[in-house]
Amino acid sequence: MNGWRWGFLLLVYAALVLKTGAVEHGRTQPTERISGSAGDVLEDNPVGRLKVFVYELPSKYNKKILQKDPRCLNHMFAAEIYMHRFLLSSPVRTLNPEEADWFYTPVYTTCDLTPNGLPLPFKSPRMMRSAIQLISSNWPYWNRTEGADHFFVVPHDFGACFHYQEEKAIERGILPLLQRATLVQTFGQRNHVCLNEGSITIPPYAPPQKMQTHLIPEKTPRSIFVYFRGLFYDVGNDPEGGYYARGARAAVWENFKDNPLFDISTEHPTTYYEDMQRAVFCLCPLGWAPWSPRLVEAVIFGCIPVIIADDIVLPFADAIPWEEIGVFLDEKDVPNLDTILTSIPLDVILRKQRLLANPSMKQAMLFPQPAQPGDAFHQVLNGLARKLPHEKSIYLKPGEKILNWTAGPVGDLKPW
Amino acid sequence: MKLSALQQSYMNRRNNSFRGSAPLDSSSDGSIKSPSAIFWLILHGLCCLISLVLGYRFSRLVFFFLFSTSATNLYTSPFRSATDLSQTLNFHPNPVVNPELPFNRTAATTTTTAAATTSSSRVVVGRHGIRIRPWPHPNPDEVMKAHRIIERVQMEQRLQFGVKNPKTVIAVTPTYVRTFQTLHLTGVMHSLMLVPYDLVWIVVEAGGVTNETSSVLAKSGLRIIHVGFDKRMPNSWEGRHRLETKMRLHALRIVKEEKMDGIVMFADDSNMHSSELFDEIQNVKWVGAVSVGILAHSSGTDESSVSVIEKREEGENPSMPVQGPACNASNQLVGWHTFNSIPYAGKSATYIGDRAIVLPRKLEWAGFVLNSRLFWKDAEEKPELVKDLDSLDGVDEDIESPLSLLKDISVVEPLGSCGRQVLLWWLRVEARADSKFPSGWIVDPPLEITVPSKRTPWPDAPPELPSNEKVVVGVQEHTVKHSPKTRTPRSKRSSRSKRKHDTKIVDTQLPVRHSEQN
Repeated sequence: MNGWRWGFLLLVYAALVLKTGAVEHGRTQPTERISGSAGDVLEDNPVGRLKVFVYELPSKYNKKILQKDPRCLNHMFAAEIYMHRFLLSSPVRTLNPEEADWFYTPVYTTCDLTPNGLPLPFKSPRMMRSAIQLISSNWPYWNRTEGADHFFVVPHDFGACFHYQEEKAIERGILPLLQRATLVQTFGQRNHVCLNEGSITIPPYAPPQKMQTHLIPEKTPRSIFVYFRGLFYDVGNDPEGGYYARGARAAVWENFKDNPLFDISTEHPTTYYEDMQRAVFCLCPLGWAPWSPRLVEAVIFGCIPVIIADDIVLPFADAIPWEEIGVFLDEKDVPNLDTILTSIPLDVILRKQRLLANPSMKQAMLFPQPAQPGDAFHQVLNGLARKLPHEKSIYLKPGEKILNWTAGPVGDLKPW
Repeated sequence: MKLSALQQSYMNRRNNSFRGSAPLDSSSDGSIKSPSAIFWLILHGLCCLISLVLGYRFSRLVFFFLFSTSATNLYTSPFRSATDLSQTLNFHPNPVVNPELPFNRTAATTTTTAAATTSSSRVVVGRHGIRIRPWPHPNPDEVMKAHRIIERVQMEQRLQFGVKNPKTVIAVTPTYVRTFQTLHLTGVMHSLMLVPYDLVWIVVEAGGVTNETSSVLAKSGLRIIHVGFDKRMPNSWEGRHRLETKMRLHALRIVKEEKMDGIVMFADDSNMHSSELFDEIQNVKWVGAVSVGILAHSSGTDESSVSVIEKREEGENPSMPVQGPACNASNQLVGWHTFNSIPYAGKSATYIGDRAIVLPRKLEWAGFVLNSRLFWKDAEEKPELVKDLDSLDGVDEDIESPLSLLKDISVVEPLGSCGRQVLLWWLRVEARADSKFPSGWIVDPPLEITVPSKRTPWPDAPPELPSNEKVVVGVQEHTVKHSPKTRTPRSKRSSRSKRKHDTKIVDTQLPVRHSEQN
């Protein structure tokens, strides 16, 4: 009899718990939990799981460069600067390098801007090399592992290949000194020289304040089917087409310029962000590099991203299941874009919108100042924490050398 | 490489001329230049000319062909002419992939493989063809599918962010058969058809139910209760206002008898409603008031009315009078903005169809919404706000607005951010009471007199009531040009001329579209 009573009480308790759970679910926004291949890790807290030591480099590597050109704080490569600032005041920072799991070198390699605002990568290899020489001579930690427990933020077009032209970048390859380090970069393409195994892909920097000020009420009905604003032909560098974006953007234009469902053009209106919030699909095709801030904007504004870039690796690919959130299209299928988009089943589209509405998804794409839980800074730290503990094999025996300090083009060896 | 004969001959001519001059040069300074230098000079000049004529790409190609020794992966795309393209009208979902360059230029595409470091990558760096399918135009089936997707997405948005538990909208419209009825009723009908909530439309028709009205209403697909009211609509505005009030009360009686549940709004047939109105009235609890914009328009602007309007604009009043709730700074109802009819005293229209301003009442019925439960005989939680409808039968005094129905007018809820948003507009435009129009707007039997437009004299003075109707045959249609994507498309058809709106012209002329070429 007693057993029955306990069983009954247990049932009542379970019913209560489930009921409150159900009520809670009904009250919150209809979103779905996001879990990628690494599990439900978007909301993990990295504090306590890793320790990062920040090297004190002379200000000519960071502060002075920023002072020379403060535009670096607003362009899409600003993640390197904000990452530094975040780490300086983060609880994961430790001042004792002996207990650190990861070492961070604050060198702003993407801050040498042309008058137009585009970064020139020509001095970056030398700058990086000089920084590494500094840390390897002043601290013993680099030589201990030859950089295997160090990480660097290299947000430029092709990451640590330090060139904006893909052919030249492939020729150069990743800077030889960075071969063992973990690279935090925006570029990601499978089977590409400039993406190392174990790199962490981050989204490009998009100004969170600016996007917040352009939000429109969520009940505004989405009436645009496909939206895109940007270049189709880069007339300055590739007038005939076919080179820029591997011809994919030009194909989009030629196939769909008269299609009323596609709101595509090169004119950049002032209502760009508002229009994205009124669209169901937003195209994110590759440009000169496969990644673009459009992905971030599409996620923030709840527009399903249509990613047209073969073999691209998207930000935080192990934490975010991009296949379920966006639509992936091979470049060769661009002429069939309208057929493909209209044949996606309705419940799949609604599910994608629910996933996009998840606030932790939006937060993971942003670099807010000051940092907030779940934002891109924390996702980077989570990614670094997931790589722990380090294997014993990365620790070199004394006198053992793996990296070749004189490899690479001759121009890189000049001091900076 | 396909070269047109013309270009080839042109090139030859240029080369010949150049070659002709070169020996001259060499002969003049022959001692200085060696033959190989001359040869390279000539070759250089040739290539410059070729690039000039055919573009940079071709000359680079020629060099490639002649001098490259490395193994490069080369393919030239099959060049498809425009005629081929127009013949392949098939837009099957699996089209033949046509690597084709735009702008019909004669240039080959080459792809060079990168110094192959990653053999497993299928992405190659270099120039790619621009893929265009054989029929790069929209497919109507897919457009329909896309619209269905958009509809479903919007429905989902409404479910999540719009009004939870929307109530049925009960629209009450008094109407009667007259020339402008179809115009006004169609407008209201289309507004109601777009309402995303459940809707019941109670149409009360003076003079009994007619086929004329029914045929218009049948096109809507809405749930309609079409009742007749036994009195005929009088010819004066005063009489019409009174009768309309009685018809509305009749509709409220129906709401009470049928125990309809929802929100009652008054959609007069010549008013214009915005779609936000229907979203806003869902917020009402018992009695709500919205701001109504009054378009007191006079059909013929004579001098006196113009001066009245000017005087009004100089004062503090806004140029378009608005009727509705007035709130203080803490968003509480403190009074009412009503229509100031003093400037128009003596100049307003008395008979329907007069050329004068039609004045609204102090507060129009259209600006109020009521919860239908107020009229139920015995509902729980119903506040005793409304006088019993039965007690109003036979009462001779004029019930100007629903406020007279309420026992206590302080309970009215102001809607539309406390009356700041104008959600509907009041307008009264009617033709003369004795004006005729083809029944059902169908011209049958065909008309007897047809006059070609070029020779039709446009009368300056409106003619007397004729028995036949003149038809102008010169109705011209012209297609709306599709402007390029980057500009908003604007229709080139001009709207109906305002002149024809003159109510004095009794013979109805079918709308004439003035072409801009005339």
